[in-house]
Amino acid sequence: MTARQTLTAVIVAAIVMFVLPVFFDVLNLTTFAAYALLALSLGFVWGYGGILCFGQTAFYGLGAYVYAMTAINTGEAWSGVFLAIVIPAAFAAVLGAMMFYGRLSDVYLAVVTLVVSLILFRFMNTTAGEQYIIGKARMGGYNGIPGYPTLHIPGDPEAYIYDENLYYFTFIVLVLCYLLTRWLLGSPFGRILVGLRENEQRIELLGYDVRARKTAAFAFGGALAGLAGCLYANAAEIVTPELFGLGLAAEIIIWVIVGGAGTLIGPMIGAAVLGYLKFVLGLRAIKEIFGKDNPLEAPLVFGTILILFILFLPRGVAPTVQGWLSRAPLGRGGPARGGQRRRTRTERARPNA
Amino acid sequence: MDLAAVVVYEILYTVAFLTLISAGLAIVFGMMRVINLAHGEFVLLGGYAAIVSHNTLGIDIFVSMLIVSPLVVAAFGVIAERLIIRFLYGRLINTMLATWGLSLAMIGGFTLIFGTTTTSIKAPFGGFEVGEFSLSGYNIFIIASAVGVILLIFGVLKFTRAGLIARGAMQDAGVASSFGYDTSKVYMVTFAAGSALTGLAGGVLAPLVGIGPTAGSLYIAKAFITVISGGASVVSGLIASSGFFGFVSQFVTFVTNSVVGEIGLLVAAVILLRLLPTGISGRFFRNRL
Repeated sequence: MTARQTLTAVIVAAIVMFVLPVFFDVLNLTTFAAYALLALSLGFVWGYGGILCFGQTAFYGLGAYVYAMTAINTGEAWSGVFLAIVIPAAFAAVLGAMMFYGRLSDVYLAVVTLVVSLILFRFMNTTAGEQYIIGKARMGGYNGIPGYPTLHIPGDPEAYIYDENLYYFTFIVLVLCYLLTRWLLGSPFGRILVGLRENEQRIELLGYDVRARKTAAFAFGGALAGLAGCLYANAAEIVTPELFGLGLAAEIIIWVIVGGAGTLIGPMIGAAVLGYLKFVLGLRAIKEIFGKDNPLEAPLVFGTILILFILFLPRGVAPTVQGWLSRAPLGRGGPARGGQRRRTRTERARPNA
Repeated sequence: MDLAAVVVYEILYTVAFLTLISAGLAIVFGMMRVINLAHGEFVLLGGYAAIVSHNTLGIDIFVSMLIVSPLVVAAFGVIAERLIIRFLYGRLINTMLATWGLSLAMIGGFTLIFGTTTTSIKAPFGGFEVGEFSLSGYNIFIIASAVGVILLIFGVLKFTRAGLIARGAMQDAGVASSFGYDTSKVYMVTFAAGSALTGLAGGVLAPLVGIGPTAGSLYIAKAFITVISGGASVVSGLIASSGFFGFVSQFVTFVTNSVVGEIGLLVAAVILLRLLPTGISGRFFRNRL
């Protein structure tokens, strides 16, 4: 990524950041920014690493829980933020190492990741009793953990960052993570990762350690998801086991599919737009998807969206739009021999596209 | 001694439960390499069909469970196969995602039609006593149903012409179609058969479990891991993995409690897949039914 591209990205992001609050509620926007970071993590792991993780919620929920419990124990936020990145990343590294060194792929990978998030979901639901206390933090079972200290200016636990400031903070973190991910994809590590997605055997025959790289990519995805969970926890001010649930797991996949796996910006926009759609459908909180007393049209709508995208636009919106753009006369590379489909595939392989 | 009998009975019941909820998925995955993530909702559809047919229409409970449920779900399966799944054969991941979408859509649909409340029907058998323990008599019916389902699958695949054609078409669609068999039709019928078994599971389980719009997630995870851990061989993989998981889950439940038992099942699945990445039958019963 060139300095000019970075600058463009930052300027565009800044404009978006200041324009959005004119039209939308900042609390919603903060949540959507956290969703976007979560989508970014899956977009990276799946779209670039080719690792289909159905359980990205495991790291997201873990990030949120670790943040909440650390913040209660220490009485301040930043150690929580730190651990909310480190612990999910470490967990992802261990889980990833177990899977990739065991050569699991495709469906098996999907099953294991989904099952792990279900294990956490079940476990967190059962932690209502007195014995589930870590330091000063009660894990609260089904009801989750409320009332933990939220973000504040470092060194002053009384100066909370909230409302608009929390939104700006979350958005800036999102942009930084996006730039970091793009930088990573432009680095030799990222290039190899993309090659690995395209043809794992070839990369292996070139002498690269595929398993270690996949594990590292998975851990990075886990760190991003953990941070997203931590930001969500600050916006929502309560963490519940639903963060690990099947409902959210499905939604993340839908964000990435609709936005377009194989881009970074697509999943982020997909998360924000679909997050807003869910809000419009009257279902703001994730826990209400499978809650008892609501009309529940959201699953119907989201399910239909997913089916339609898989059938008619499996590459998602962003790569399709990019395909149109690259067909323009001044698009780089000139006419590709293999026709449109082949060209967009090449485009997709370029991390900066 | 009584306690041992009770534990064995419970283990048998859990194995039968896993076999029933996984059989339809095992057929569809083992023969067509399609993972139907809406499987849990297919089970629910079977349950709803049995409940509506028995409670509302007043049809005999056994007819409702054993005939109406499979037919309704098979019909729904055919619709889903024709409208969605047939376009995605050979694209495993896309099938999973599309059927996940179907699963969400069905949850929404159930809620719209039946509301969010959990419904059930009364079990047709009472309990019985073993020493100081009282056991559910209906569980025997579940165990018998599971055995029946296994025998049915094995019999049809092994001894009938339809089973032979189905196995042939799954092994090499090109060869089968050059012999004049319409593989698209074979896929459709196979998917319908898998759906029918799923519906049967929903029907016979309806008296035991609450049927509500979101209850499907209880089945999908278990069925999914049972089938994947079983591997590609339909019958042997299914028996081996439901036996293993049923034992692990009930044993852990017996030692601790049912929640830990569930978690034990999931942990066992993760470890098993790590050790046998292509499932039990990928290692031990390769190329058998």
